[in-house]
Amino acid sequence: MNLSPTDPEETLKDGPAIHVEGLTKYYGDFLAVDHVSFDVGRGELFGFLGPNGAGKTTTVRVLTGIIKAEGGTGLVMGFPAGSLQAKQLSGVVPEQANAYIDLSAWNNLMLMAELYRVRISEAKRRAEALLQEVGLYEKKDNLVKTFSLGMRKRLILCLALVGGPHILFLDEPTSGLDVQSTRLIRETLRKFREEGKTIFLTTHNMDEASELCDRVAIINHGKLVAIDTPEKLRIGAGRVHVVEIGFEEAVTPKTLSQLPNADKVEGAGNKMRIYTENPCSLVASIVDFTRSHSLTMVNLNIQPPSLEEAFIRLTQEVGHGG
Amino acid sequence: MADSPIVFDQLTRSLAIAKKDLRVYYSQGPVVIFGILMPAFLFLAYFIGRQMPVNSLIPGLLGMAVFFTATAVSPVVAPWETQARTLERLASCPVSVWTILLGDMLASVIFGIVISLVPILVGLIVGASIHHPFILAAGIVLAAFCFSSLALIFSFPATSSPATIMMLSSLVKFPLVFISGVFMPVEGLPAWAKVIASLSPLTYFTEVARYCMGGTSYYPLSLCLPLLLVATVLFWGIAVSLHNRTLPKRL
Repeated sequence: MNLSPTDPEETLKDGPAIHVEGLTKYYGDFLAVDHVSFDVGRGELFGFLGPNGAGKTTTVRVLTGIIKAEGGTGLVMGFPAGSLQAKQLSGVVPEQANAYIDLSAWNNLMLMAELYRVRISEAKRRAEALLQEVGLYEKKDNLVKTFSLGMRKRLILCLALVGGPHILFLDEPTSGLDVQSTRLIRETLRKFREEGKTIFLTTHNMDEASELCDRVAIINHGKLVAIDTPEKLRIGAGRVHVVEIGFEEAVTPKTLSQLPNADKVEGAGNKMRIYTENPCSLVASIVDFTRSHSLTMVNLNIQPPSLEEAFIRLTQEVGHGG
Repeated sequence: MADSPIVFDQLTRSLAIAKKDLRVYYSQGPVVIFGILMPAFLFLAYFIGRQMPVNSLIPGLLGMAVFFTATAVSPVVAPWETQARTLERLASCPVSVWTILLGDMLASVIFGIVISLVPILVGLIVGASIHHPFILAAGIVLAAFCFSSLALIFSFPATSSPATIMMLSSLVKFPLVFISGVFMPVEGLPAWAKVIASLSPLTYFTEVARYCMGGTSYYPLSLCLPLLLVATVLFWGIAVSLHNRTLPKRL
């Protein structure tokens, strides 16, 4: 990195990577982000979830300096969100791919490197490594207009990384992508994170959030409704577990619904799904039931509540309850 | 007020934006052809069949070439980039609004200067002479900056439609050509037309070109060059102020 007298790397401040307090954004009369507050630690991979129109993209756009908030504070690596110093330390992957389609992949990368004032030799080294990592090196001299959506998204990730950011903002980076592109992007994110860098990720994909994120925040109608680790959110918000059982013999749901702690029973023949808030007691009852009825159990599987269930429950609660 | 290290730092980033503009927008064949053909056809349409000395013809052609080329593309860069969402990319980079505008202006200036060589070469081939080459060069550079900054004002409305901006800029550009002593030296204009001509920066560049090519100029050089500089600063200030207000609406 070419250090200029104004380079924020020289004066990197302590504290969280992102500090947001009372952030508020209106579009006309519509309150898009409603006094949102949270912190993201350095080196953390933070997921930002919410239904369409919940305020995810607006929050990212404020933090990356694309738009300004009407109220509240947003700090990125200790610098005001949108300031030149904050931008110098950030890489941004917007929801819609926006490379210059009349430039080659390589020239797009060199442009970004120049805008971040990366020394030319370092820029070339980084560009080569990034393009190889996402499988685009062979196409580096092709115009971006010839790229597929997946290739463009991979390139956008490279554009965000070539400036050597300390924090990466990604808005739905894998939305609508094929399996290969999704895998390459997730792999690149993992490597970035292994370097101790911070990632702020908005996504609709619950599996992605569950798999990648240290913590997730759920926003709905502009308000933050939950913030915790994916595991705690699953357990806290979705208490209902599903116990799947298979018998050699046929069993009716009505029989199983009489078991203590069985809230709901689904299934037919010899496969059953029992919903419960107390899986341990239920399993003990199932074992007793199996013995007393001389049945043979062929499998038993306890599924904890998924992040998706927690998400639906939390967003519905706020949606209905206000 | 930004301190000087920040200004220098941002200037280098402007150069990157200018380089991008030249690659993306100015290297297109139609843009180059339009930059040469448009003023040439306008000029020929007026002068064919008239008996005028070469040294009176070429300054007008040069004035039009620099004016049209320096104002051709820069007004539509902002709506194009809004449409393609590349402006959002630039806005998320560590650059100020003025850095982006300066990059657009520098590309326009370079394009204007390069294309100005065409009428100069044509003039030299058909027998025109340049009496003050350094003053002419300074005038071309100053005029290119002036016209480019004027063109940036045209693009301030927060639209993603290049056609809207093209229409707006044409509404200003074409009348300006006719009142700026391009087709008729200022000294030959009626009094009311002289007043209108004095409001156009193109008048002062055409006057500089006439002086440098041995013709007579109505306004003294000591007035023309400073006025071009003042107009540049004024247009630039207005452009930055307007874009600072409208850029967030584009994103």
